[in-house]
Amino acid sequence: MASVEEASRPFAGLSDVSISEEIPVEGDIAVPVGPSTRDDEFSTLDEPVKETIVRDLRAVGNKFIHVLYPKRSSALLRDWDLWGPLLLCVTLALLLQGGAADKDDQGGPQFAEVFVIIWFGSIVITLNSKLLGGTISFFQSLCVLGYCIMPLTVALIVCRIVLLSSSGKVSFAVRLGVVTASFGWSTFASTAFLADSHLTNRKALVVYPVFLFYFVIGWMILTFSSGN
Amino acid sequence: MATPNDLQFQEFEEAADLLSADPGAPTLSMSASNDPTTTAGAPAAGEDVKLDLSEDEAAQEESSELLGGQKSAGGFWTFEYYQSLFNVDTVQVLDRVKGSLMPLPGRNFVKHYLRNNPDLYAGPFWICVTLVFSVAISGNLSTFLSSLGDPSYHYRPQFHRVTIAAVVIFLYAWLVPIGLWAFLTWRQGAERQVGGYSFLETVCVYGYSLFIYIPTSILWIISYEWLRWTLIVVAMVISGSVLVLTFWPVVRDDTRVTAVATVVTIVVLHTLLAIGCKLYFFQTAEHTPPATTKAPPIHPTPGGAY
Repeated sequence: MASVEEASRPFAGLSDVSISEEIPVEGDIAVPVGPSTRDDEFSTLDEPVKETIVRDLRAVGNKFIHVLYPKRSSALLRDWDLWGPLLLCVTLALLLQGGAADKDDQGGPQFAEVFVIIWFGSIVITLNSKLLGGTISFFQSLCVLGYCIMPLTVALIVCRIVLLSSSGKVSFAVRLGVVTASFGWSTFASTAFLADSHLTNRKALVVYPVFLFYFVIGWMILTFSSGN
Repeated sequence: MATPNDLQFQEFEEAADLLSADPGAPTLSMSASNDPTTTAGAPAAGEDVKLDLSEDEAAQEESSELLGGQKSAGGFWTFEYYQSLFNVDTVQVLDRVKGSLMPLPGRNFVKHYLRNNPDLYAGPFWICVTLVFSVAISGNLSTFLSSLGDPSYHYRPQFHRVTIAAVVIFLYAWLVPIGLWAFLTWRQGAERQVGGYSFLETVCVYGYSLFIYIPTSILWIISYEWLRWTLIVVAMVISGSVLVLTFWPVVRDDTRVTAVATVVTIVVLHTLLAIGCKLYFFQTAEHTPPATTKAPPIHPTPGGAY
């Protein structure tokens, strides 16, 4: 071809470049049309309600399992949903009611206070990580933070059961141990999901608010005392 | 095309040294002859154009210092503006916190640590949040510990204190800098940027100066009065001196009375915050109001009739 003898004169060959007729140009530009059944997969209007609910419940349950065994999988991030966090938040706020301290001002957190702390705290932490240059999206971060409250909710259930039996020093020690363990678990699980989206020299700046958030929730759980 | 003489850089000594070390090294040459033998005393008639990166770096540092004053990338309604305010690394934040703990007379906090890069992250926001929770939790713990021997005392989490602490501390950390900055800017008058601090820098200094109260409030759990008063005096001295050292160079040029009055006001407000927190959140056992909520507290507290 002509390119060999023109190697010694760079750019000289461009003046007469043209597509030679010997090079066949062929291809297929037909866009494959999918089967008509693909439409049915994305339209969930016609399926029975039970199927919809079961599918969503299965997704939520799947994420709970991912929190229990935190590996670096992207399932929590890819298909985020806020049903799990809402469920956990309402459960936590309801279980924190009914304490002895509920009767007067000097008591434990009200339902609204718990709600506000959890959701407002999650939003603030998400904003913080985005402002520091994180690549995780807003709702993904809310989803992760909400799902990682699950160990603390389990700790609260355990605490209430322990308080049913006794409320002395032994039960306090048991509750302290359970709450500390679940607080550590929550922080570890959420940082396992959130940490790899950040710059390495700002990791501590991102992890610290998460630590503070779960610490405050843990303190609310630990200071819960049942009515007498 | 420029002649070689037009492209001479100042670092020809370095180029000459490099060439003498390795005469056969390829150099970017604009002239036909590539003669490395004129290494001795070559600079004046140098024919080799050696690209020296050090001058580029110096130029970049200069321009970044010039641009240092422009922190914001866009209007305050865009996300990027706030992102530029969070442009700090962990090491920088820790450095600034250490600077607030150890004020030295020669070091102005703003000039030395902030250096035209105030951040909304640690100072104004997360330190205040941590302080709110540490004061509320420590106060709760100290009340519990001081009533350990009392059989009629039933533990209460006193969660409403968090709300009160949050309101008080955030108001202090934001309204006082606003007032101070407005006052200083008004006094500066025509000379805007000379010596005056921007609003964000003022807020930042106040936020970082509150850091010393976090370990102080945790140490206040130990319920010895003399220890508490010692701690509060130490904390006030440290944090007050950070503020005074920062703002004294600015007000120094003003009239004597105004300067002293400004500094005294800063110190007094800071003192009020510290003492108010101590009195309200860390009441000792004999002053704690009885279990019913209707009884007013014995000492009037800044927090109102709680």
